Amino acid sequence: MARAVTTRRKALLTVIGWTVGFLVFFPILWTVLTSFKTEGEAIANPPSFLAFDWTTENYTEVQHRSDYFLHMMNSVVISFGSTALGLLFAVPAAWAMAFAPGKRTKDILMWMLSTKMMPAVGVLVPLYILFRDSGLLDTRVGLVGVLTLIDLPLIVWMLYTYFREIPGEILEAARMDGASLGKEIVFVLAPMAVPGIASTTLLNIILSWNEAFWTLNLTTSNAAPLTAFIASYSSPEGLFWAKLSAASTLAIAPILVLGWFSQRQLVRGLTFGAVK
Amino acid sequence: MGSIHLAKVTKSFGELTVIPSLDLVVEDGEFVVFVGPSGCGKSTLLRLIAGLEDVSSGQILIDGADVTRNAPAQRGLAMVFQSYALYPHMSVYKNIAFPLRMAGIDRTVIDAKVRGAAKALNLTDYLDRRPGQLSGGQRQRVAIGRAIVREPEAFLFDEPLSNLDAALRVAMRLEISELHHQLKTTMIYVTHDQVEAMTMADKIVVLNRGRIEQVGSPLDLYRKPRNRFVAGFIGSPKMNLIDGAEAARHGAAAIGVRPEHLALSLDGGVWKGTVRVSEHLGSDTFLHVDVEGVGVLTVRAGGEFPVHYGDHVWLTPAPDKLHRFNEHGEAL
Repeated sequence: MARAVTTRRKALLTVIGWTVGFLVFFPILWTVLTSFKTEGEAIANPPSFLAFDWTTENYTEVQHRSDYFLHMMNSVVISFGSTALGLLFAVPAAWAMAFAPGKRTKDILMWMLSTKMMPAVGVLVPLYILFRDSGLLDTRVGLVGVLTLIDLPLIVWMLYTYFREIPGEILEAARMDGASLGKEIVFVLAPMAVPGIASTTLLNIILSWNEAFWTLNLTTSNAAPLTAFIASYSSPEGLFWAKLSAASTLAIAPILVLGWFSQRQLVRGLTFGAVK
Repeated sequence: MGSIHLAKVTKSFGELTVIPSLDLVVEDGEFVVFVGPSGCGKSTLLRLIAGLEDVSSGQILIDGADVTRNAPAQRGLAMVFQSYALYPHMSVYKNIAFPLRMAGIDRTVIDAKVRGAAKALNLTDYLDRRPGQLSGGQRQRVAIGRAIVREPEAFLFDEPLSNLDAALRVAMRLEISELHHQLKTTMIYVTHDQVEAMTMADKIVVLNRGRIEQVGSPLDLYRKPRNRFVAGFIGSPKMNLIDGAEAARHGAAAIGVRPEHLALSLDGGVWKGTVRVSEHLGSDTFLHVDVEGVGVLTVRAGGEFPVHYGDHVWLTPAPDKLHRFNEHGEAL
């Protein structure tokens, strides 16, 4: 009867899986639903799930009140810019750590990771003053710089883990075959590391897109990305749930689409090293 | 031409000296096998010749030219790795063509060379496949093909057969030997398997803890091992080494006698012993015989020899095949 037990267990696990998945997804679903309600319906008690007057007026209002496309372009520039800049530093760093490790490589890696353990607010004041004095406040350049530095440890770690999976002998074979360091990277390492670099890139774009602490504290309007755009709807005059939801939906839509199309890469990226 | 000369080569990793000063000459066209137990420095020595590791001191000369500071590709050598080290994202064709592409050779020339090598190695039908779709033996042939097309001064093999199963290993051993006869190019071959060393080599270099214990032809090493280490390492099954009173009787600190040089009798002989284990292979019978005051000796009897556990047998060493060693383990 082992088979029956297995089937029953499978069914149970499937139900648990769907339940957890639904719970995780529910806030997003609720946000999207609320964005189509009037402000009155949005705060109605008991709330209505689907039976309400569907309206798109929040989206018109949001676009009317603030420039969605400016903020989206800021988000695009900041997330893609910081990721590209991060990779530029991280690929050679991870390469060196994976293929030419020294005595202190492990210590350096741990030290890099330890910077992620410090609460960001701990360096807010000094960084704010630095930004203010060097005229970087509310600039895209400043934010790209900060997010690059914030994400760099994670990018280096992910790439390092991935590069370590590539057998050194293959690179040595390329060296024996007459490949220069440049050709070795272009013809041998890069093609083999593409899945790892791609998943690191995607994850980092998503993290930078959603980063809210630094983007909120170091911008006001010009360089404000979508996170600041959402936050602007939580105003001193009170919370406008429906408009806030419309803004949130608009803010997460692009990255949700990107995430949807790249989920296979992402899952692979997050589990590499764990499964061969 | 492909003579290789190592002059006072040393290699240290930090505090650890892997290879103390070492001199070696590999003549052009020779098949030289580096053999020794794991950790003896044989792979390191090969990597020093290849240029994948830098020497700590000393010189490496290829055809008389000092290549000590040259990059691997500038030494004109080709290497076949234990793990094959094929490029997994390239087809067999592109793998074999890779060194030629790196050298900037004309496409039509590359095509002719790749197809020629593929034909010689029975790989023509697999040129479009990826390494992942090939068997171990086929992968090893691709690795050899990649080495051949470069027409190197010398081939370096780093335990190329140790990932293959026993039957395939014997077949590939023959293929590599045949290749050497065809190409007549210098080959340096690293292995821990003394059978590979004995069957393939023109010259064997026995290494132990980074030092050369002995250099010579397979039969030289078999007949006249310079010390206990070589005596115990070359030959299969291993030479029986006997210490104590029995050795003293022959005026030595230790004596050695190979399993095939012990005459076996049921009636009488020099040493009387009890059979502990008998291995009947059909072509040979190997007996492990416990001799009082001497120890357990391995004996090879040709053909079938009908003795079993607990039987009493007599052993007689061939007097002219006895090896004698002094207290430092050196042959007398």
